[in-house]
Parts: sequence; structure tokens; C-alpha cells
Amino acid sequence: MTTTSPVEKAGGATATYVDKRLGSNSFLSRNLGKVFPDHWSFMLGEIALYSFIVVLLTGTFLTLFFKPSMIEVIYDGSYVPLKGVKMSEAYASSLDISFDVRGGLLLRQMHHWSALIFVAAIAVHMFRVFFTGAFRKPREFNWIIGVGLTVLALAAGFSGYSLPDDLLSGTGLQIARGIVQATPIVGTWMAFLLFGGEFPGTDFISMLYGIHILLIPGLILALITVHLMMVWVQKHTQFPGPGRTNDNVVGYPLLPVYMAKAGGFFFVVFGIIALVGGLVTINPIWIFGPYTPDQVSAGSQPDWYIGWLDGALRIMPNWETVIGGFTISWNIMIPAMIMPGIVFTGLALYPFIEAWVTGDKREHNLLDRPRNAPVRTAFGMMAITFYCLLWVGGANDIIATAFDLSINAITWFLRVMIFVLPPIVFVVTKRVCLGLQRRDRDKLLHGYESGRVLRLPHGEFIEVHEPLSAKDLAVITAKTDIVPLPAPERADAEGVRSKGYRIHSLRHRLSGFFYADNVTRPTDAEIEAGQHHAAHDAALEAPLHEYEDQDEIRNAHGGVLHHPGMADTNAEQLEERSQH
Amino acid sequence: MKFLAARRRSPIVASGLLVGALAVMGLGYAAIATVQPAQAALAVGTETQVEAGRQLYLEGCSSCHGLEAQGTEVAPTLVGVGAAAVDFQVSTGRMPLAAPGAQAPSVYPTYDEEQVAAMAAYIASLAPGPAIPTAEQYDYADADVALGGELFRINCAQCHQAAGEGGALTQGKYAPSLMESSPKTIYMAMLTGPQSMPVFSDTQLDTQDKQDIIAYVMDLQTAPSPGGLSLGRLGPVTEGVFLATAVFAMLIAAAVWIGMKAR
Amino acid sequence: MTDISPRDGHEVETKLGHSPVADIPHRPRATDTDPKAARRAERQVASMFLLSVVFVILFVVAYVGIDKSTTIYIPVMGTVGASQVALGFCLGAAILLIGTGAIQWAKKLMPDVEVVQQRHLMESPQSAADEAAANYERGKEESGFARFRMIRRTLIAALALFPIPLVIMLRDLWVPTPEEEGKSPAEILSTTIWRADSRIVSDGTYRPVRPEDLPVGGLISAVPEDLTEIEEIQGNLNARGKAAIILIRMEPDEIRSQQGEGWDYQGILAYSKICTHVGCPIALYEQRTHHLLCPCHQSTFDLADSGNVVFGPAARRMPQLPIGVDAEGYLVAKSDFAEPVGASFWERG
Repeated sequence: MTTTSPVEKAGGATATYVDKRLGSNSFLSRNLGKVFPDHWSFMLGEIALYSFIVVLLTGTFLTLFFKPSMIEVIYDGSYVPLKGVKMSEAYASSLDISFDVRGGLLLRQMHHWSALIFVAAIAVHMFRVFFTGAFRKPREFNWIIGVGLTVLALAAGFSGYSLPDDLLSGTGLQIARGIVQATPIVGTWMAFLLFGGEFPGTDFISMLYGIHILLIPGLILALITVHLMMVWVQKHTQFPGPGRTNDNVVGYPLLPVYMAKAGGFFFVVFGIIALVGGLVTINPIWIFGPYTPDQVSAGSQPDWYIGWLDGALRIMPNWETVIGGFTISWNIMIPAMIMPGIVFTGLALYPFIEAWVTGDKREHNLLDRPRNAPVRTAFGMMAITFYCLLWVGGANDIIATAFDLSINAITWFLRVMIFVLPPIVFVVTKRVCLGLQRRDRDKLLHGYESGRVLRLPHGEFIEVHEPLSAKDLAVITAKTDIVPLPAPERADAEGVRSKGYRIHSLRHRLSGFFYADNVTRPTDAEIEAGQHHAAHDAALEAPLHEYEDQDEIRNAHGGVLHHPGMADTNAEQLEERSQH
Repeated sequence: MKFLAARRRSPIVASGLLVGALAVMGLGYAAIATVQPAQAALAVGTETQVEAGRQLYLEGCSSCHGLEAQGTEVAPTLVGVGAAAVDFQVSTGRMPLAAPGAQAPSVYPTYDEEQVAAMAAYIASLAPGPAIPTAEQYDYADADVALGGELFRINCAQCHQAAGEGGALTQGKYAPSLMESSPKTIYMAMLTGPQSMPVFSDTQLDTQDKQDIIAYVMDLQTAPSPGGLSLGRLGPVTEGVFLATAVFAMLIAAAVWIGMKAR
Repeated sequence: MTDISPRDGHEVETKLGHSPVADIPHRPRATDTDPKAARRAERQVASMFLLSVVFVILFVVAYVGIDKSTTIYIPVMGTVGASQVALGFCLGAAILLIGTGAIQWAKKLMPDVEVVQQRHLMESPQSAADEAAANYERGKEESGFARFRMIRRTLIAALALFPIPLVIMLRDLWVPTPEEEGKSPAEILSTTIWRADSRIVSDGTYRPVRPEDLPVGGLISAVPEDLTEIEEIQGNLNARGKAAIILIRMEPDEIRSQQGEGWDYQGILAYSKICTHVGCPIALYEQRTHHLLCPCHQSTFDLADSGNVVFGPAARRMPQLPIGVDAEGYLVAKSDFAEPVGASFWERG
């Protein structure tokens, strides 16, 4: 190493100084060359991380000007249509940030946009992890931490939305209080303690402020740290490709390429947030006016990430039970407590459920292509459909006015569709995945259909098939065959009923549900023969088209060709093999 | 089949006729509009005006509202609704009703100002009702915008939305956007309570209150958007849509660009 | 006895990610082969960084030079705050250019050959597990945790109880006001400041209302006159949040039913303004249908029919306030609401 410049010399000296106290050099030596696989979808989590940093930066700025107080003041700032109006200090200071602090509105809008981006990026990142099976062993803990981060992000967003004390934020709080109050047995007490008495009280903003700027960000920071450390220790997953196996990681070293790209991406995300925050209005609080509990605006909506819960509240039928003088508000508990409880618990447990059902205990560092796990992919699409329908419910009044529909009709439509559409999406997605699997199999066995028709000397017409590229071959063949768990014996030879028969049999059926329809991967010999055949096809065309690549495939020979009628699902093929 | 055919034919024919009628009316209006003096705000019409209004009424309105304006099964009585109600409904193009629906939409007006004044005079002659407000009544030059905002949030925002962009009511009805409404229309709407809207008479909100509210709505109409593109001032739903489309398109495009190999 | 080991199902394929093809050969970029292209890329990156500097300067200029109340018309966007847009654009461009510069640098000029590193199983070697277990055993033995039963049990008891003070101290998050003293939350939620002869004043203007002020089809958002005497510090908003009502008037024969005999006054009805679902204020009153619609979750109440629910998630009717007129001819309440207003709760019954 030649370090000649004075800056580098100083840097080297510092590294030595720190190392003598912390032993940091051995960490650096191991990690500066750490390899990160490159794929655009691996950046989605980075968007979440970077937008969170922007949230922290802009939020810190806002704390310098925001006054978390519900003391009543008379507004005397520069926004004329509210001059002389009574309002809380919180709202007045939010208006001051917007109108009397130069760049204040910019930072407020950046804060809000980056918060929306934060939650959205978490969601999209989660979809990527889900659909590619990146949550599988050994990464289940990190998935749970991710679910925890999602919930915290929702809490951070909602608590922030409630702080400016404008009419919209107060309406949101009033609904939140209504939900808390509907909790059986302890509801009223919880509401009175949380709000320091009746609604709206005088304490809530300052209490929420502490939660919003200290507690929740602290927890998020802690969990993000653990989340990233786990990624670091376990090394990032990768998509299948040439030379990529379950036991290696192929990509760019931390220094310099990954650092430049990831660091650059931080600035790109930051820059996009600044542009959007500067050019596009978000939450124009001055229009909504100060909060009072007896005013409301039409079209009062929560931010998008709470919209689905609001939608669930809207489409819920009005069920309520009174037993012995006590009220059980199903109309509130089901959409606002039970449903989200099930959703988030199910989300957190999904890796364990899938591992249990499929009996898969192996480490997975190579990602699944979504088509190769049709049931999982179908589940994911079903969940997204469910979410979207609820979000439509949360926006039903805006949709009604925008598209000239009746809110009653939309509500009824959703009440039915929330049960009908997700299963349909499930079935369709699974079919599509299996279709794609079949196409992959055909590609392996016959090569690409080039679309070119060739007339052979003896007059026969054939469509020219081309062998797959090395990359496609690697991607498609990375699929592993997973066979459903075998049916357990009801009783052993001596007629003793086997232990846990029911559970095993349930697992057998569930794993059959997961994998029985999968299209089997052809054997290596079949693949080689198929590619050879395709190369032969292409070679017939050689006078017309020069072929340089694929020598190794062209030279391969032997193997069994796939023929029509050959078993092409797991279950069938397994059966066939057992017969031999 | 017969039933279907009948159902299919009628709306097409009706809308075809309507388009034609509207085109003719529109051209006529355009020709007259330029030379129209501002003399419509007569409290009580002259006798000739009332008679002209009656003729127009019989041609254009009586088929639904009845020959004596007594109302029918499909339309309410107009006795006692006052000149203001006629002016509001007809001059904003809500009446005559273009097509049956959840509520009458504001479209291009069918009648010119003179005709509207005549019809208003006719209806006002049947029974007393709210008169068309005078220009001083809806002059908001000295009004208090901030107080108007308060009253707007108490009385109007629950239906017309905090920014006056409009909102949904039940069964496909809606509170229209106030972004195109004139001070006079707003005044008359409050006075007469058209369609689903409740009445806000001068004894509930006096002239001064109404002027304050009008001043606030006018401010909403003309106010700049301090934060940049306004996204229709419809709240978090449009913000969410913008996020999911434009913002994420940018972010993901950047991610894809980073992941692409350079040539 | 048979038992299924989870691995049984996976005999077909044990090796994951078997890739039959070797690496694709690296294809050099233009910047690898053509020194001119490399120099062009270098200039490109440097100019992005330089432009970023320019935008920072422009930001400072805009901050100092543009008054915060200035507006500017921009096509597509409309009339917008000039300072806001200029600051946002300069800041965004400055930051974005740093990012694009760094990425362009990495893509064009840094090596783009992918590197392979081996992974290792997360599982620790058996020796480590044995050592950990031995250490644990030693600790258990030395502490005597297993032997001293009394210590163990009392420690568990102590640890179980010590959070109690922390939870108990949350009790005073709500300190009852003198009026609330001795009442449970449910009791407080069940009453409002309405009482017999409370005058009804319209909200915002605080003018008392005479019956003749309200025409048929009219709507008034109203509060009790007493509210004007409650200072904010004494909980004005709390009282308002429960006492807010709407007054509407219909023809007396249009009233199909109401919650009490003679609770209207000549067709004037007073209903709570707070939704019985989760407590949003409602005043979307359709005077033709007499329906009241909640903008939050679309519960719809029929005010001509005792305020019963006709649509949406609310389970309970809108509470009605019995009204009359006082000696001076102003509308007054005849009593408080007969049932709790606002969002439902457990003890409500």
C-alpha cells in the first residue's frame, strides 16, 4: 500500500490509534472486502433505511420550532385566513413552521413525504423478501424484526400525523380514542389514562410528542441496527445465476463499489425526497383549520398506511352485543383489533408456518423465483388484494365523488369482494405460476422457441429452437424439487396407533397443497439432451445464422427426451419412480 | 327482449336530443351573453316578466313540476320556494334536469339571464319565498375571512370538504365542489337549501355571516398553493396515490439504474 | 412406532442451487477499453459534483433573496410559494447530483467484475456448543441456583412483583377534576353539560335560537349557552366534544318517530352531533331524506325515525335531546341526553 498524501497518513494513524484500543483492524480486514450481491430489488430495504435517516434529520429540525402544547393561543402569524382564530399552540407553531420559518414548509413536507416513503418502502421490501422466500432459514429472526419495524413504522406515522392538531389529525385521534374505548372491560379506563381524562383533554399532544420523537424512533433505531447486523453476519441472499450457489455469495466488494452505490443511493433517495417535498404539497394543515371535537371535514382520511384499517372500519356491518349490561362492540373490535392482530401475527409467524408445513429445515441463501413457490406467491397476492380492497374502502368517499359512484354501493361491493376476490386471486396466481413453471420446463427440454420456421431439405417444416443462454440455464435449473411429505402410517406393523398421526397427516396434506402441483425439474441428462437438440435445430440454420456460443452444450449428448404424456407433476412422477 | 330493446333505446334517443338541444341553447346563450346587462336582480317582476316566465315554465318545467307548480311524484312543488331557488337551480344549469340521477348536476345553463329572471318572477308571484339577493348582500369586500373560515368549518366543511372541493353523500348524491361557485350562487344556495342541502336562512346565518363565508370560499378559490403542486387538496388519498405512482416510480427507476450493468 | 423426521421429504434433492454452468465471461465496458470513454465518464462525474456545488450556492441565494410570502406561477403546478419551490428544487438537485455522481462513478470507473465469497453455515461447531453447555453447568453449580430452593423461589417472586410500582404509577395519567372526583370514566362519559333550561346557541356565532329562526329544511350546529362560560383551561373542548348538537326542522308530520314523546318543538329536533360509532362529529344532513351521514365511516342515521341507523358500521341510534322554549321564546333543552352520547364503550350496556 502506498499512502502518500497527508490526509491518508492521518487516516492511517487514526486507524492504528483506534485499533490499539478496540482491535478494529481485524474487523476492517474481514469486512472491507465483504461481498454484496447486486440486484435492484435488494435496494428496496435501503430506500426504507435512507428515508428513515431523512425522517430523523428533518424531524430533528422540526423539533426546534414545534411546540407540543395544547394551551390555547390566538393565532397571529402570516397566514391571513386564520388570523385571530383560537387554536392550540401546537397548531399555531405548525403554521409558523409552514409560513414564518424560511424553508420550514419544505422540511415539514420532506418529513411527511419521507415518512410515507419509509412505510411504503418497508412494505415493498417485505413483499420482495416474502415472494423470494428470503425469510427462510436462517433468516426467520430478521423477518420477525422486520414485522416489528413495520408495526413501529405505522405507530410512528400515526403519532406524527396526530401532532399538528389540525382538524384532520384531531379527527384521526378521535377515531383512535373511539377504538380504545371499545376495548372490553378496560376500554374506558385505558382511554382516560391515555388522554388524561376526557377527549381531547389538554395533555395528549405533549404525551404523544414524547412517544413520537423519543420512544418510537429509539425502538426503530435499535431494531434497524439489529436488522442490519443480522444481514451483515448472515450475508445477503442472492438470486440464482451462473456461478451462484447456496454456499457462496457473488457480487461487488463493500469497498469501493458497494459503498459508492449504496452511499450514492442514499443521496438519490434524499434528493428525491427533497424534490418531492419542495414541489408537491402534502398535508396542507392550514386548510383544515384548528381542531375542535365538534367539527369535521368531508373526506377525512388517514395516511395511506392506516387507510386499510379505516376501510375495514367502514365496511364492517354494525354488529354489537349487549350481555348483562355490558357492550361488546364487534363493529369496532373486529376491524380495528382482531383483524390487524391476526394479520400481523400471521405475518410474523409465516416463516415458521411454512417451514413446518413443508418440513424444510435447510439453510436457504439462494432466493426462490416466485413461480417456483406457487402457493406462497398466491398467498402473497391474496394478502395484497385484501389490503387493496380495504384501502379502497378507506377511500370510498373520494372514489365515490371522483367516479360518480354511490358510497353505499362501494361499501356493499367491498363487503362481498373482501371474501370473494382474494381466493380468486389465489387460484389465478397459482395457475399462472404453474404455467410459468411448465414453460421453464419446456425451455429446458426444447430450448427457446425462436419463432423462425425452417423448411428441411426433405420438405418438413420445423420451428427452430435455440439453446438457452448460460444465464437463463443457471436461473431455471436452480429450481429444486421439493416433494410433499409422505403420508404417515396410521398404525405400525403391530397395530399400535402411531403417535401424532393426526398432526403428521395434516402436515402431509398441507405440504401436498404447497408442492404436489409443482412441475418437476427435468434431470440433468434430460436438460442436456434438450439443449443439444435445440442446438442441433439451430445448427440446421447455421448457413443462415452464425452461432458462436454454447459449444459445451452442443457437444453434449445422450439422455432421455421428454415426450408427451410423460408425468409432469411432482406427485405423478414420484408415483412413476416408485413403480420402477 | 322487447323490454330490453325499449330500455336500450330511450336513453340514447333522450341523450341525443339533449345534446342537440344543449348545443342550440349554448350557441344562443353565447350570442346573447355578450350584450346582457346586469339587471336580473329584480325582487318582484313586472307583469310582463311574470307572464313570460309562466310561458317558459309551462314549456320547460311543467312536465315534471306540474302545470301549477304544485309538484308531482317525480318533482317537488315550487310554490313558496322563492325567486332565489329558481335563479340558483336554473342559472347553474341544474334545472331543467338533464337526465334522471341521484341528483341534478351543475351543467351549462339552458336559459339566459333574462329568461331565468322571468321564471324566477313567475315562481315568486305564486307565493312568497326567498328573493334573489342583491349585489350588496353578497358583496364580501369588507368581510372577515378568518371568521368566515370558522363558520365554514362549522356549517359547510362537513359536506363540501375543508378546501371546498366537495364530498360524497349517501346513495350517489354529493356536495358539489365550490371552486367554480360565484358569491351570488353561494348566497342563494345557503338561502334556499337546494336538493340535499339544508337551509341556512338569514335568521340562522345573517347577511354578515354569509358574506364572511363567501369571503372564505373566494379565498379558497384564489389562494395560491404554498407547498407546491396541490394534488387537488383532497387529502391523504391523493397523496397516497401520488406516492405509489410517481414517487415510487422515481425511486425504483433509480434502483434499477444502479443495478444495471454499464456498457 | 413410526415417526416422520422432517428431512424425510427431501431425499430427492439435497444440494441446493446446483448450477451446471460456469461463470459468464466478463464483458469489458467502453470505459475499460477506450481511454476516451473513461475520460468522458470522469468529466461526467466531476460535472455532477460541480453542479451540486452550484445548486447549494443557488439554495443560499434563494434563502436570502426570496421573500417567504412571494408566490410564483409555474405551468402545471399553478401559483405556488416561490421560496418553498426554489429551496426544495435547489436542495433536491444538489443532493441528487451527489448521489448520481457517486453511482455513475461506481458503474463506469470502478471495477465491475463480480467477486465470489464462500458462505459458512450459521450453526456453531459442536465443540462450541459443548463448551457453552459446560460453562452453563459450571455456573449453575457454582451459584447453587439448583440447590437453594428458597433463594430461587423468593427471587422469582421478587422479580415478578418489581414492575408493579412502575405500572401503578401510570394511574395518575388521569387526575380527575373536582367535578369528576369520585366518578368512574363510564359515568363521566354518560353525562353532558346539558340540563333543564340550558339555552341552545348556534355554534360559532353563539346567538340563542328562536324556533322561527329555523325554517323547515334548515340545520343549525349548536351548543349549550353554558359552554361559553367554560374556559379552555377548564375543559371547554371536553364539554363541547360531548354537548355538540345539531338542530334540524322538518314538517311535524314528517317525523315518523322520536326517542321520547314530545321531544321535538314544532318539528324542530335536536340530535347529538357525535357519532355513536367511534365519535366523529356528524352534520352531513340531507334535508330531503332526513338522513345524517358520518364522513368518517359512513354510518347513516334517519333523523325522521328516532335517529335509527340505516346504513354503516354504527350500531346505536343517535341520541336525541328533548327541547322546548323558555319564557323569552328561545329554544332550550328540557334535560340532559337520556343515553350516553358518542362512541360506544363496555359499561354502556
